[in-house]
Amino acid sequence: MTRIEAVFRQLKKRGEKALIPFITAGDPDLQTTKALALEMAAKGADVLELGIPFSDPLADGPTIQAASLRALQAGVHFQQVLELAGELRQETDIPLVLMGYYNPILQYGLERTVSEAKRLGVDGFIIPDLPLEEAGPWRRLAVAAGLAPIFLAAPTSGPERIKKAGRLTRGFLYYVSVTGITGARQALPADLIAALQEVRALVQCPLAVGFGISTPEQVQGLAPYVDGVVVGSAIVQRVAKLKGPELIKEVGDFIAALKAPLRGK
Amino acid sequence: MLPDRHGRYGPYGGQFVPETLMPALLELEEAYRRISRLPDFRQEVAWYLKDYVGRPTPLYFARHLTEALGGPQIYIKREDLAHTGAHKINNTLGQGLLARRMGKRRVIAETGAGQHGVATATVAALLGLECDIYMGTEDIRRQRLNVIRMRVLGARVIPVESGSRTLKDAMNEAIRDWVTNVRHTHYVLGSVGGPHPYPMIVRDFQAVIGREARAQVRRATGRLPQCLVACVGGGSNAMGLFHAFVQEDVRFVGVEAAGHGLTSGYHSATLVAGSQGVLHGAFSYLLQDPWGNIQEAHSLAPGLDYPGVGPEHAYFKDAGRAEYVAVTDKEALEGFKLLSKTEGILPALESAHAVAYLKQLAPQYGKDDIIIVNLSGRGDKDMEAVAEALEVSGDAH
Repeated sequence: MTRIEAVFRQLKKRGEKALIPFITAGDPDLQTTKALALEMAAKGADVLELGIPFSDPLADGPTIQAASLRALQAGVHFQQVLELAGELRQETDIPLVLMGYYNPILQYGLERTVSEAKRLGVDGFIIPDLPLEEAGPWRRLAVAAGLAPIFLAAPTSGPERIKKAGRLTRGFLYYVSVTGITGARQALPADLIAALQEVRALVQCPLAVGFGISTPEQVQGLAPYVDGVVVGSAIVQRVAKLKGPELIKEVGDFIAALKAPLRGK
Repeated sequence: MLPDRHGRYGPYGGQFVPETLMPALLELEEAYRRISRLPDFRQEVAWYLKDYVGRPTPLYFARHLTEALGGPQIYIKREDLAHTGAHKINNTLGQGLLARRMGKRRVIAETGAGQHGVATATVAALLGLECDIYMGTEDIRRQRLNVIRMRVLGARVIPVESGSRTLKDAMNEAIRDWVTNVRHTHYVLGSVGGPHPYPMIVRDFQAVIGREARAQVRRATGRLPQCLVACVGGGSNAMGLFHAFVQEDVRFVGVEAAGHGLTSGYHSATLVAGSQGVLHGAFSYLLQDPWGNIQEAHSLAPGLDYPGVGPEHAYFKDAGRAEYVAVTDKEALEGFKLLSKTEGILPALESAHAVAYLKQLAPQYGKDDIIIVNLSGRGDKDMEAVAEALEVSGDAH
């Protein structure tokens, strides 16, 4: 059993839901990312999602675009993100998922990515511009190595594609809450809960929801309908604003607040 | 005929897009395959191309340019005479009519030189569609006139501040908009790049250039040409000219922008100097660093200032079906002057790259041979840049 599967299983036994925070690796530098990751793991994160900086993040809104740019300006590249994951793995057992666009992974080499990721203790990958149609070779390599290729489903997907994504994904299915790009939103779509209920009926795997979720209240509202909640831009906004111990504390407190409504009764 | 059913041209092409867009691409492909076969749709497109765009555009025998080059007979396909001043309208008209039949009420587009933006805004005005155009602020600075044209036509021009503030970044923003508004919006992609089915759709709508040229050169000379030459940014005017000749023994030359020179780091020569990778939804050649980050392109011609290229061109390159070369900003300006002075035609700076390469090609052919060069657009939009580069004064003295 992989680390991601084990976490979802344990949480289920305890009646809890997973908190999956996202930050961009190397924003503003790799040391800060490491400190933030360990703090988030300590304050209640169940799975960590680390973004691989990319020059053209076309599924991301302004917040994560800016984070990616800051990391690139710091000279951070894919190899360093893998090594950061390796360092984190020395200090924590939390599942580590890398989120990155396809071209940097393709240039690094699919086989090399899989073997290095496995060696360094990465558990899965989310590649937002690699849909089911194009993912065949990547998925075969990842699954064979025991890495989770995590697929996304969207409000536009329709039942057939959602079922297929649910069959092919590993770890969990990532449901995109909005028809749109990443970024904290005041209000989530009115029909989101109905959509999640529909998805839940179509797939067997753990279900996580992300995009636009930014407050403990939103997390609380979604918790009954999913196995996990992804929060990204709302954390990245804090990384953009604060520094040093103040940043670590603020993010730690925010993680604790987001996790509280997921802890069950 | 390519692409195959996965949208591939050999290994190139495909659909590397967020899941949110996949159903829209599948819907677009299905709609295009169904609607483009309908006789009344074909008649509609043909009618607008003739009476609105002004097609067929002439195939002009450039006697003075031919004499100046002292070699083969040079024929110019005058896409600069199409409505809005460039070949871009062939595609935007087709996609606009398609979007209307698909029930989309809004169109969006990216633009570099502004020609595709103007052509999209034009068709939106014609067909009563809401229209937003994404344009990098660096291009807005370089192409003010086209910005004004788009606004007068009723389009919103949305400035893009990210990255190099040129075509690549405008395309990122257009894709982000499409991801958000996909249910009622059609994305009018402007070149033979992007995810399948765009490279196929844009090629098919632009193929009218080559079909006409083929009939015209036969009528004028009784023969097929030895060589076709066109500039390549994303590659739509080149693919449009080449496609009707794919099965023939005709040489294809695509001319990319070498900017300040291929070793300077400031160029847009994707096929000549790039490597394989994925950008904007397709596997093709692109300009990138060793970690797979996309590099900024450079060209004096904003329409060539793009670090990617259409996947069918990548396929043509590997298969040896077409050859790709590059000319510098400086050489392109020489091409600009040459055509202006010999024929009284001001080419777009993009098209001036193809004209410039005629100097290299001409000595390779005899006087009975025929070269067709695609004049993809007119140069009016570039006059400020040309005045600056050639130090031509617009003052009284």
